[in-house]
Amino acid sequence: MLRALLGRWRSSLRLLQPAHVGAERAKISVARLDHEYANKVVALQNVDLNVRSGEFVCLLGPSGCGKSTLLYALAGHVVPTGGSVSIDRQPIHGPGPDRLLMFQEAALFPWLTVRGNITFALAARGVPRAERRERADTYIQRVHLGGFEDTLPHQLSGGMKMRASLARALAVDPAVLLMDEPFGSLDAQTRIHMQELLQSIWVRTGKTVVFVTHDVHEALMLGTRVVLMAPRPGRVVRDLEVHLPMPRQPEDAALNEMVRHVGRLLREVEGRAHTRSLQPAPTRAPAQPVLRPQVIPGP
Amino acid sequence: MKHHAQKLLVLALLIGLWELVARMGVWSPHLLPRPLTVAQSLVAMVADGRLVGAAGRSLGRLLRAYLMSVTLGVPLGLLISRIPFFRNAVKPVVMGLQALPSICWLPLALLWFGLTDGAILFVVVMGSVLGIAIATEDSVNGVDPQLTRVASTLGVRGLRFHFGVLLPAALPGIVTGLKLGWSFAWRALLAGELLFVSGGLGQLLTVGRELMDVPQVMAVMVAIVIIGTAVDRVLFQTVEVRLRRRWGLTATT
Repeated sequence: MLRALLGRWRSSLRLLQPAHVGAERAKISVARLDHEYANKVVALQNVDLNVRSGEFVCLLGPSGCGKSTLLYALAGHVVPTGGSVSIDRQPIHGPGPDRLLMFQEAALFPWLTVRGNITFALAARGVPRAERRERADTYIQRVHLGGFEDTLPHQLSGGMKMRASLARALAVDPAVLLMDEPFGSLDAQTRIHMQELLQSIWVRTGKTVVFVTHDVHEALMLGTRVVLMAPRPGRVVRDLEVHLPMPRQPEDAALNEMVRHVGRLLREVEGRAHTRSLQPAPTRAPAQPVLRPQVIPGP
Repeated sequence: MKHHAQKLLVLALLIGLWELVARMGVWSPHLLPRPLTVAQSLVAMVADGRLVGAAGRSLGRLLRAYLMSVTLGVPLGLLISRIPFFRNAVKPVVMGLQALPSICWLPLALLWFGLTDGAILFVVVMGSVLGIAIATEDSVNGVDPQLTRVASTLGVRGLRFHFGVLLPAALPGIVTGLKLGWSFAWRALLAGELLFVSGGLGQLLTVGRELMDVPQVMAVMVAIVIIGTAVDRVLFQTVEVRLRRRWGLTATT
């Protein structure tokens, strides 16, 4: 019984292997990247990362490990203080049409309808007027928002806003999709739905995705690769390939085995960080019940 | 309904108090006429067309000056918030001039333009353009940085960014500024009209004073309050509420 369990544990972790991607095969290539903010905080130190075309890379780590800084450097919103970032062997200078950054908030334009948000983005990318509407509706269907084309963002729920934002991102068809904890503000149930939706879209389109998260389960659920980062200074400590078949189920036993394993690695990383500085950095904020003060109506 | 009842109650109390003081006869009825006398004067002035004509002339002037203020003020505010030169050099000048009450421009305006409509228009424009510019600048600076970031990652640049993202995002704030500008303009206009033969509501007040016709003075004052409130409530309030609702800024969904 115990042997059998042990065997199974071994077998599922065999699907988690160190990744070795050379710069010559990479679509995105990050070499010896350093970044120091103006307040002398070292956000990134000597980071190397190569991402192949069509990979789904999750940057995983506790807060302050520089994962968002790395993503923003890829997007061109942050100019790193040292090292190089290139895409298709071209160095990155600022935001470009080949990359699209999605934020934790849906960041829809509040005065435009769902369709208007997408057609506006398409217009900015130079899509001819005649095509915009049709293309917008295609992507609205793809994120299951059919029937909400003419709805204003503030009338949508959080998950629906995020789906509209995803539709807008996909409609402009960037080569690389950069996502900064896009599901971080959603409730657990909506989050699972969004992960499944993103996965099915990724399987269909095969886009290169770099996805920042501090949720181990989310990283292993979505990623073909998980890059584990550590704080102070921000650096890459593990780079693992996840050989689990897609689509993945959130309750899958092998997946959860990996989650426990990676979670242990993450705690190790944090433990070391703790001895260095006494600042606690929680890995995964546990879902705490939010207590709202009750308003008791007067008599 | 309850709100309206409360408002009416306060109004009725005020008028009642006025009636009471007038009846006590502390002041001569020439100086403090009864509410009914004022109302009669108002009706008479509406009936013989004096009030309507004057109000029409005043509002016509206001409209011209206000349109000028908006077409100058909104772009000026945009420039101040977007171009460092304007922020560093022009903004202090605008803020400084804003400290000058608009009526202080009148002597200069009279010397420059003479006793013409031009002088009043100048005073009204000076009274409202700076407020509109400052409010525009303020609301453009207050645009959610998330929206400018998402615009940049979507590749929205140049004119499309300014007119498609920045201006709509700032619009609720700009409309509040326009409302403020309107009330500045309204004040400046009446102050200007008081001082010389203008044919507007202001002159009607002056004429009332010269004829010692207190009911007329009070009636014109009531008319000014009614017109001011009506434009504020009916025009700006409606636009503002609709805009805020569409932009999702109101709590109700």
